[in-house]
Amino acid sequence: MNETSPAQSIGVPKPLVDGPEKTTGKAMFAADFQTAETLVGRILRSPVAHANIIAMDIAKAEALPGVHAVVTEADCSDSYGVLPIAMNEWALARGRVRYRGEPVAAVAAIDVATAQRALDLIEVTYEELPAYFTAEAARAEGAVLLHDDKPGNIERDAEFDLGDVDAELAAADLVREIDVNCAEVCQVQMEPHAAFAEYDGARERLTIRPSTQVPFYVHKMLARTMGMAEGHIRVIKPHIGGGFGSRTETLQSDLIAGLLARKARATVKVVLSREETFITHRGRPESRIKMKVGMKADGTITAVDFTVQQRGGAYSGYGIVTILYSGSMIYGLYNIVSARFQGVRVLTNTPPCGAFRGHGTVKTRFAFEGLIDDMARELGLDPFAVRRANLLVAPTMTENDLLVNSYGLDQCLDWVENASGWKSRKGKLAPNKGLGMACSHYISGASKPKHWTGEPHATIHLRVDWDASITLLTGAAEIGQGSSTVMAQCVAETLGVDMGRINVISSDSALTPKDNGSYSSRVTFMVGNASIDAAQNLKARLVEAAARKLEIPAADVECLGEVYRGGQQDQGLTFEEVVMEALSGEGTITVKGNYDTIPESWGGRKYRGAAIGGTMAFSYAAQVVEVTVDPHTAEITVDKVWVAHDCGKALNPLAVEGQVQGSVWMGMGQAMSEETAFHEGLPLAANMLDYRVPTIIESPPIEVGIIEAADPHGPFGAKEAGEGSLSGFLPALTNAVADAMGVRAAELPLTPDRLLELLEKKVREDAATSGRNRGAA
Amino acid sequence: MTKTIAKTVLSLNLNGVVRDDVIPDNLLLVDYLREKASLTGTKIGCDGGECGACTVLIDGRPRHACLTLAATCQDSEIETIDGLSRDSRLTALQRGFNEKLGAQCGFCTPGMIMASEALLRRIPNPSETDIRDALAANICRCTGYVKIIEAVQFAAQALTEGEPAA
Ligand code: FES
Ligand code: FES
Repeated sequence: MNETSPAQSIGVPKPLVDGPEKTTGKAMFAADFQTAETLVGRILRSPVAHANIIAMDIAKAEALPGVHAVVTEADCSDSYGVLPIAMNEWALARGRVRYRGEPVAAVAAIDVATAQRALDLIEVTYEELPAYFTAEAARAEGAVLLHDDKPGNIERDAEFDLGDVDAELAAADLVREIDVNCAEVCQVQMEPHAAFAEYDGARERLTIRPSTQVPFYVHKMLARTMGMAEGHIRVIKPHIGGGFGSRTETLQSDLIAGLLARKARATVKVVLSREETFITHRGRPESRIKMKVGMKADGTITAVDFTVQQRGGAYSGYGIVTILYSGSMIYGLYNIVSARFQGVRVLTNTPPCGAFRGHGTVKTRFAFEGLIDDMARELGLDPFAVRRANLLVAPTMTENDLLVNSYGLDQCLDWVENASGWKSRKGKLAPNKGLGMACSHYISGASKPKHWTGEPHATIHLRVDWDASITLLTGAAEIGQGSSTVMAQCVAETLGVDMGRINVISSDSALTPKDNGSYSSRVTFMVGNASIDAAQNLKARLVEAAARKLEIPAADVECLGEVYRGGQQDQGLTFEEVVMEALSGEGTITVKGNYDTIPESWGGRKYRGAAIGGTMAFSYAAQVVEVTVDPHTAEITVDKVWVAHDCGKALNPLAVEGQVQGSVWMGMGQAMSEETAFHEGLPLAANMLDYRVPTIIESPPIEVGIIEAADPHGPFGAKEAGEGSLSGFLPALTNAVADAMGVRAAELPLTPDRLLELLEKKVREDAATSGRNRGAA
Repeated sequence: MTKTIAKTVLSLNLNGVVRDDVIPDNLLLVDYLREKASLTGTKIGCDGGECGACTVLIDGRPRHACLTLAATCQDSEIETIDGLSRDSRLTALQRGFNEKLGAQCGFCTPGMIMASEALLRRIPNPSETDIRDALAANICRCTGYVKIIEAVQFAAQALTEGEPAA
């Protein structure tokens, strides 16, 4: 009978549960909130890159009619930051500014014009200090320190030396090196940062709607900065216009909105311009990577020896984590044993970097996959063969103690090789066309939380009331990636009910359980598992109620989703009837579900920082990129991308495709056109015309193959889908260009300028070689 | 204390409703829509003309509301995302963006849908190139555009198969 077959929610394409709001303009983003009395918040920013603040006078600004509040560092109780050991940033600069555009004061006024005039009336006296805009300059002997407790302007040195690198390099048949430099890039999520803050002066309570991926961390940092009790703050996450890591940490604008609202005892909205959003930054650092790889004649990798230098910007942020990822994630993709890493994160007078999608892994992957492609060519091996010669066998532990329980890279390789017609087309394309490939991987959530409190990684509440609807309460931040949809799917599938029964309420600290937020691709894995746990607990309650009503043992109750019955002949109870029985004598039911990682996934102890990289499961990806290069202008056209992504189980294949396409495409921008640029610390590309995000015109078709190497711990076997295929694009592109034109790109983005230079150099070298050859003949 | 800015009585047809407002002459259309008319569906993604998030239809043509002075819209017909679905029914384009996942975070979506709306009125059966051309001024940072193209194709097909135009 139809009505008794449980509804299927997993593994079928599902539009997002909040899709209708987004397509009708009803979705409310932070900047969309407005009351008649909302004040405008504006920020005064430093005009210099490095200086001591000698004096600041806000009296004139405060006296201006229409101004309700002016705030400075004097209004802040404490500093803030990401890691407990590195909270060295202030919502408003204290004593010193360290990059151009750093917030120094802010005003709340009745309108934009008044707020702007008030900013002009604030007098700040700066005593300029030498400023350093490159990692090299900041590291130079005698450089003034940005932070007194960071000698040499080094945020963190990181290193490991595992296996026997020197012996393994000596044992290799071929050893080659590469030296690459990748530009700094910015997330440029479509929604500029914004926060809407309401202060209840009678009760001394703050309610704030910030555009963030991490409402819980914003909550903590607001309390710290404002010196308020955490329980006196309510953080409600509105719709979020993308993040990609730009909002994986508390931003000054979130804190400033709170400070202004309190001082004005009113409602204040802070909306950053696009330029300010660029200056707030938290993007991927410029990175210089030198890497040496040893390889056997059959393509087996014997050892990797590499250094990474990152220009981190003016404050710590996620810096320590980023530099550690850039080392540890050399493991987990291939069967590598011996590796040596030396990383250095440098403090400079540029906007602080953060945790951009693919956090820490992207540039190392770019260097590695390009280098082994060249080595394959030299050894006469197919690029696919070299990857296949180095596959892992799951389950296993990597040399740096990363847990690998599921591994679909081999299937990813097969899929893209077939789909792209690699075997029949590689080497046979028309002139100036090329095919390139590369692999990548990513974690499904960092297994050790940043703030260790002993709480579970994820908690979900399910509430069922008299109307038989199920309300799913989660702190996980829906930021456009579809997390609310996945949770509803997990609950619906476990209960066998239609998704329409489930309403998701995401991220309101007054209602929803705490969650660490949307970063490191943790949500599907951790919150998905907590959702399943909660649904199982609810199901147990419903089965008990059904047993009572049917007067049979609970073990005999058959749950068919919408019907609970005792046996084949029994017509059973409807879901509504079961719920009524469950509520009787009990009232509204709330159950919860938790998820915790297992200690084996917490990374190792072989070196300092070895926990970074530890995860419950890795996603895997392979991709093939086809390009055409204009030999005269050196313009690259990406004709097509084939990408296979092992996400364990595609809970929502539609969303998986969307995430993979978005990742690959974001890799493309970074590979080809995106680059922040500064002149003496002044941003030169703080707008979307000079900072070139690809438009629809140059964006290629991206064909996605979903590979499902189920993970034993994943929710229905699932792993992450939103980051792992990003980093592979960069080397796949440059490998394709190498195939088409015979040149190796070592600097990103590979703009026409850079490629033209490489092509001209090649022409000169070829001429010199043939000249020598003629001379010798 | 404030420099006086000349004001205009603006009369226009906004999503099918005729209205008059007294507005300062320097008011941008996007601010008029969001602040004066409380229609916040139209988004601001940049500092002027870079992203397309503010795309609305002025007399049927797609325009950047952030580059248009409201006062220049005298007697015009303005259409925004807020007025697109009639009687709460999603239009074919809205269904396409929903069902094909043309909207992830949804921030570019109002602009994308309005630009697509103008396209489909002009070319009911657009080629992929037509779609790319029509959306060239609209940036999306989530989708890589693949599913946006599919969403518009879905709508075009639904409409040519006789879906009542909204
Ligand atoms: S808001 Fe970006 S173009 Fe108008
Ligand atoms: S859906 Fe997020 S910017 Fe387009």
